[in-house]
Amino acid sequence: MADLTTDFLGIKSPNPFWLASAPPTDKEYNVRRAFEAGWGGVVWKTLGAEGPPVVNVNGPRYGVIYGADRRVMGINNIELITDRDLYTNLEEIKRVKADYPDRAVIVSIMVPCEEEAWKAILPLVEETGADGIELNFGCPHGMAERGMGSAVGQVPEYIEMVTRWCKQYYSKPVIVKLTPNITDIRKPAAAAMRGGADAVSLINTINSITSVNLDTMSPEPSIDGKGTHGGYCGPAVKPIAMSMVSEIARDPETHGLPISGIGGVTTWRDAAEYITMGCGNVQVCTAAMTYGFKIVQEMISGLSQWMDEKGHTSIQDFMGAAVPNTTDWQYLNLNYVAKAQINQDDCISCGRCYAACEDTSHQAIAMSEDRTFTVIDEECVACNLCVDVCPVEDCISMVALAPGTTDPRTGKVVEADYANWTTHPNNPSAQAAE
Amino acid sequence: MNSPFTPGIAAQRLDADALSENFADLHAPLTAHEAAVAADRCYFCHDAPCTTACPTDIDIPMFIRQIATDTPEAAAKTIFDMNILGGMCARVCPTEELCEQACVREMAEGKPVEIGRLQRFATDTVMEKGVMPFTRAEPTGKKVAVVGAGPAGLSCAHRLAMLGHDVTIYDAKDKAGGLNEFGIAAYKSTDDFAAKEVEWLCTIGGIEIKTGMALGAALKIDDLVGCFEAVFLSVGLGGVNALAIDGDDKDGVDDAVSFIEDLRQADDLAALPVGRNVVVIGGGMTAVDAAVQSKLLGADNVTIAYRRGRDAMSASRYEQDLAASSGVKLLFNVRPVEIHGNGTARAIELEYTETKGGSLVGTGEKIHLPADQVFRAIGQTLTTDGGLKLEGRKIAVSEAGRTSRSGVWAGGDCASGGDDLTVTAVAEGRDAAMDIHATLMEGA
Repeated sequence: MADLTTDFLGIKSPNPFWLASAPPTDKEYNVRRAFEAGWGGVVWKTLGAEGPPVVNVNGPRYGVIYGADRRVMGINNIELITDRDLYTNLEEIKRVKADYPDRAVIVSIMVPCEEEAWKAILPLVEETGADGIELNFGCPHGMAERGMGSAVGQVPEYIEMVTRWCKQYYSKPVIVKLTPNITDIRKPAAAAMRGGADAVSLINTINSITSVNLDTMSPEPSIDGKGTHGGYCGPAVKPIAMSMVSEIARDPETHGLPISGIGGVTTWRDAAEYITMGCGNVQVCTAAMTYGFKIVQEMISGLSQWMDEKGHTSIQDFMGAAVPNTTDWQYLNLNYVAKAQINQDDCISCGRCYAACEDTSHQAIAMSEDRTFTVIDEECVACNLCVDVCPVEDCISMVALAPGTTDPRTGKVVEADYANWTTHPNNPSAQAAE
Repeated sequence: MNSPFTPGIAAQRLDADALSENFADLHAPLTAHEAAVAADRCYFCHDAPCTTACPTDIDIPMFIRQIATDTPEAAAKTIFDMNILGGMCARVCPTEELCEQACVREMAEGKPVEIGRLQRFATDTVMEKGVMPFTRAEPTGKKVAVVGAGPAGLSCAHRLAMLGHDVTIYDAKDKAGGLNEFGIAAYKSTDDFAAKEVEWLCTIGGIEIKTGMALGAALKIDDLVGCFEAVFLSVGLGGVNALAIDGDDKDGVDDAVSFIEDLRQADDLAALPVGRNVVVIGGGMTAVDAAVQSKLLGADNVTIAYRRGRDAMSASRYEQDLAASSGVKLLFNVRPVEIHGNGTARAIELEYTETKGGSLVGTGEKIHLPADQVFRAIGQTLTTDGGLKLEGRKIAVSEAGRTSRSGVWAGGDCASGGDDLTVTAVAEGRDAAMDIHATLMEGA
């Protein structure tokens, strides 16, 4: 069986599945149960500065986006950082870490952007024996209004400054958690790096309003008739998060910076994908909130099975494997020509491919009297929409035309050589360069 | 109190609890969540095969999407637009041979989208609130007579009334509804649904129903043509084919349709007598409905004897399985020879059959089955042709339902073309109404 143990910044854990700093990791009771269920590590729910803890709303904290059959596709939340006493948390962290030395215990922290505040809390956290800290520069709701969370994460200079303080006053690894509520994720990542961060973790939640109650005209979750934007997470955010991870993984300035991947990890496959995008591990929240801690067992068995099937003996074997294949549009091979092909044996004649292509694409699918659907190669641009909307897996596939054959759409012979936009005759820049 | 083993024909074979359980809704209605889940399985096919398969052309993917998006009222409107008896059709349509057979998921997985049950969910939602989603047009002053208050007549009447015409429906029975009220198994139309549907349908206004008036001496087509601007005949098939064998006249030999009618109209099912050993002759839905209900009433042994093989049976495989799972024995390739008994049926003699040179012949091998009660279910016939031209044994009609006589239209089981199904009758009534409307408004 494949070895799932992970060494992230020197922090060892039996598998790459950590619980993200969030409601599931708010207290000792939950974290012990998570470890018993098999989670490799936890990032403890964010601690605030000493003193009266924050308060949460007493109405609903979560909103939801459903798929079919009330499948949870996305949740947003307006819960703040821990509303429990700092010392209670610290004592619990210390006990749990002592009892589970083989698991990763990271402490998430959010205190005001003042050196004294960080200087005060860091020694207390150090004393717990936890393996590292994660700086919460991400939460977009509530705390951001008080100049913390994403309000810090949106200003690269603040990130760099606070990270530097942490490296100064804390001896163990410092992970900077990034907010996605910015235009270019590479900027805060680079700032964290300059500040001395050992790693970044991303994404934190996305600013969101999940729905509006059309009876009360109030956004959900609604507190006494009023709502506010919350932080969006779950399967729906995975594509956004993966893109941001890839940007950091392939940017020359940040390439090689360890990444903890967060955002919609629900199955072993999601985790594997994040790891191929350069992540050293993944953090999970929504899936656990939806199904409970037990899901980690599927993640463990699934990842091991896949690794065995592919011959990977460790996480390192495929970590970052997809990064070199992630490129800019301008470098995509314009000489690659594919055509949709419908497997008539698998086709159930629903006609969705036809409706999609005929109404919204290139009129490249023909429909016969007896509901046989065939691709018109002269029109097909290989857009993939038919594959995407077909309800039968693998019924429609995109088949590359062999070099030397003629593309019936363009009448041009398919060339074997790679050629991209930078050298294309239609590109004014390419012509100018000549 | 009797039991299934009480000899002869007897009432009270089962207690009230058992009877009420036996005759409960065959398919329980979907809850809102079940409907949402079932609706989600629909692929919203292009030019959907289910719609093509529906005799009334209901836009099925559209109404299912409307259910999925939490607007069952809009879904019901989509259904009623094409089929005002969509509530009953949701209960009695052989969907396994129509929309659900055509469903692409039937092809893909052998599990179609539950179109019938979804249709019921949508139509129930609206009908339970007593909402009629259509309004009557300004009265045209034109009067139309509809003879027969079954599915074809009701569908025709509603459409005509909606278009502003004044409709008078005549029906031979003392209650409207036709086969919906009298000819369908009780477990398919529970809670007096057929009567409630007629009442709901009439809320459109402009429809008067006169019961106890059969076409014949008291009600002549000539008179109707004189008093109304158009006449629509939907009289169904009132006659029952005889078995034409010795013993057909013995006590205990009855028409399946009468038995089904008595059962549907019974206030107390326990009071309804049924044989210990029941044999139903026939292979259609009527045979299945009579057989299954005999069993549910407490008959000990119930057999459907059909003269041809399973595949030739007009009752669908689903109905056959329903019968089998209710404990009815299906006997194929046998035809009745004689009913034995001293004045009262005691046994039936059947002969095995085979098809030779394209015709059905007896093999000579015979069996006897104990039979206290024998039901004839070998087809029904037109009882009056009203002097109209026939096609085969039915009133000849054009695509739009026009008969050989100007001003007279016909539809439903009494008219030529289409299967003898509720849903087909509804389509024919609707289409005839549109043609009547176009004819009446010509030059208007």
